[in-house]
Amino acid sequence: MRDLTHEILELIRRTSSDLPKDVEERLKAAVEKETPGSAARGALETILKNVELSRKNSSPICQDTGTPIFYVKYPAGWSTLQLKKQIRAALADATKRSYMRPNSVDAVSDKNTGNNLGGDDFPYIHFEEIEGDELTIELMLKGGGCENVGAQYSMPDNRLGAGRDLAGVRKAVLDAVHKAQGQGCAPGILGVAIGGDHGSGYIKSKEVLYDKIGARNPDPKLAALEEQLTREANEMGIGPMGFGGKTTVIDTKIIGLSRVPASYFVTVSYMCWAYRRRKMTVRGEEVIYD
Amino acid sequence: MREITIPISDDVIRELKVGDPVALNGVMITGRDAVHKWMIETFIKKTRAPQGDDLAVYEALKPVLAGGVIYHCGPVVSGLETKEYKFVAAGPTTSIREEPYQADVMKHFNVKGVIGKGGMGPKTLKGCQETPGVYFHAIGGAATFIAQSVTRVLGVHKLDFGVPEAIWVIEVKDLPVVVTMDSHGQSLHQVIEEQSGKVLQDLLTK
Ligand code: SF4
Repeated sequence: MRDLTHEILELIRRTSSDLPKDVEERLKAAVEKETPGSAARGALETILKNVELSRKNSSPICQDTGTPIFYVKYPAGWSTLQLKKQIRAALADATKRSYMRPNSVDAVSDKNTGNNLGGDDFPYIHFEEIEGDELTIELMLKGGGCENVGAQYSMPDNRLGAGRDLAGVRKAVLDAVHKAQGQGCAPGILGVAIGGDHGSGYIKSKEVLYDKIGARNPDPKLAALEEQLTREANEMGIGPMGFGGKTTVIDTKIIGLSRVPASYFVTVSYMCWAYRRRKMTVRGEEVIYD
Repeated sequence: MREITIPISDDVIRELKVGDPVALNGVMITGRDAVHKWMIETFIKKTRAPQGDDLAVYEALKPVLAGGVIYHCGPVVSGLETKEYKFVAAGPTTSIREEPYQADVMKHFNVKGVIGKGGMGPKTLKGCQETPGVYFHAIGGAATFIAQSVTRVLGVHKLDFGVPEAIWVIEVKDLPVVVTMDSHGQSLHQVIEEQSGKVLQDLLTK
C-alpha cells in the first residue's frame, strides 16, 4: 500500500495555516457591514490580516489547533491500520514543525503528550469504505473555545418554551448562540443535528461542518430554517468577538437524523471563524488538495 | 490607538475606559489554567506547600507582575529543542475559566492588566476596581498576527505544565487590544449580554 504520510503532513499544514476561501470571503463581506472605527470592525480587520499572514508563513491561523478530526473514505484495497499509522506519524511530524500545537492532554494525569498523539480517540479518525477508486481524507481542526460552547437540548425545553418541532429547534439554537457569546470567537458557523442520541447528535452536528458555506439542506423546510437562524442570530447584535456588531453567525447547517420515539435532541456544534477544514483526494498516482 | 508601556501606573489605568483601543509594549507573562491554580494554591491560599522550584519562580515573577500584565495564552512555540524560543502563534484563550482566581491573583501581585478573550465575570470586575486594573480583549484566533508583536521570548518557567500552560516571559511591541472591562466598574460584556438577552426574549416569544 502506498505511504501517504508526507501527503497527509501537507494536508495538516494547509488546514492549520490556510483558511478556506469560502470562509475568508464571508469574513471580508462582514467587515463592510461594521461601522468604521468600531471594535467589531477592528476585530475583523485584524482577523483578515492574520489569515493572510498565516497563509504566507505556514503558521497556525489560531494557536489552538484544536482536536484533529479526520474523515477517511477509502475504496477497497486500502488498509485502515496502515492509514491510521500514517495519519499519526504525519500529525507528530506536523507538531514538530509547529504547524500544530501539542494539544493532547491526558485527562487523568494532566500530562501533555507533546506530539498530539493521545489514546485511540486523539486524533479522532473516522473510516468509511466507499465504492469507486478515490481515497479522500478530510481534516477539520476544532478549537477548544468553540467546542466548549456546543450545546445539546433534550426537548421539550420548558425554560425556553420549546417543543418537539422545528419551532422548538429554532428556540434552542438561538439560546445556544446567546450563551456562546464571547467564548466561541464569533463570527461563527452553526452545525445543528435534530434527533439522534447524545453521541450521534454531536458527531453529526460536526460532520455537517465539512460542507461548503452556503450549501443548503435539500429539504426546503430545513433550508429555510438555516437561513432564518443565521438572520435571527445576527439580530441579537453580539457581533465579532462579542464586541457588539452585525455579524455573529456566518452560516447555519442543519441535519435531520432518526430518533427513538422517547427522545428528541437538538445538538448545536459551534465553529469559530477559524473554520479550518481541508480535503485531499488520492486519484491514481495523483494527490489533489481542494 | 493609545500606546501603553508596561509597567502601568494606577493613573494610566484609571484613565482607561471600556471601548478604548490600546497598543501594549513591554514585558509580560503568559498564564492560564495551570498557572492560576498553582499561584492560588501555593502562594495565595497556601493549601499546598511550595515544591521544587516554586519559590524561585515566585520570586522571579513578583517584579514582572508588579504593575504588570498576565496574558491568557497558550502559544505555539518553535525552537523547543534548541531553546531558541520563538512565538509562532499566540492568540488569547477564553478568560472566564480563570474567574475563580483572577481577582485574587491581581491583588496579590498588583497586576494592572489581564489580556484574554470573552471577558470575565463580576468577581474580576470588582478586582479591577479594587486593584485597580483593567481587562484587555485581544482578537481571538488572530494568532500569527499577535505572535508578530512578540519581539522576544525572555524565558520560560514551569515548562513541565506543558507548552500551552507554561509561564512564558515575553517582550511585546504594539500588541493590539481593546479595553472591555475598566477600573470604574464598566464591562462591555455585561452590556452586550443584557442587550442581546432582550432581543433573544423577543425572538423566543415569536
Ligand atoms: S475558538 Fe477558534 S479562533 Fe477562538 S481561540 Fe479557539 S480555535 Fe482559536
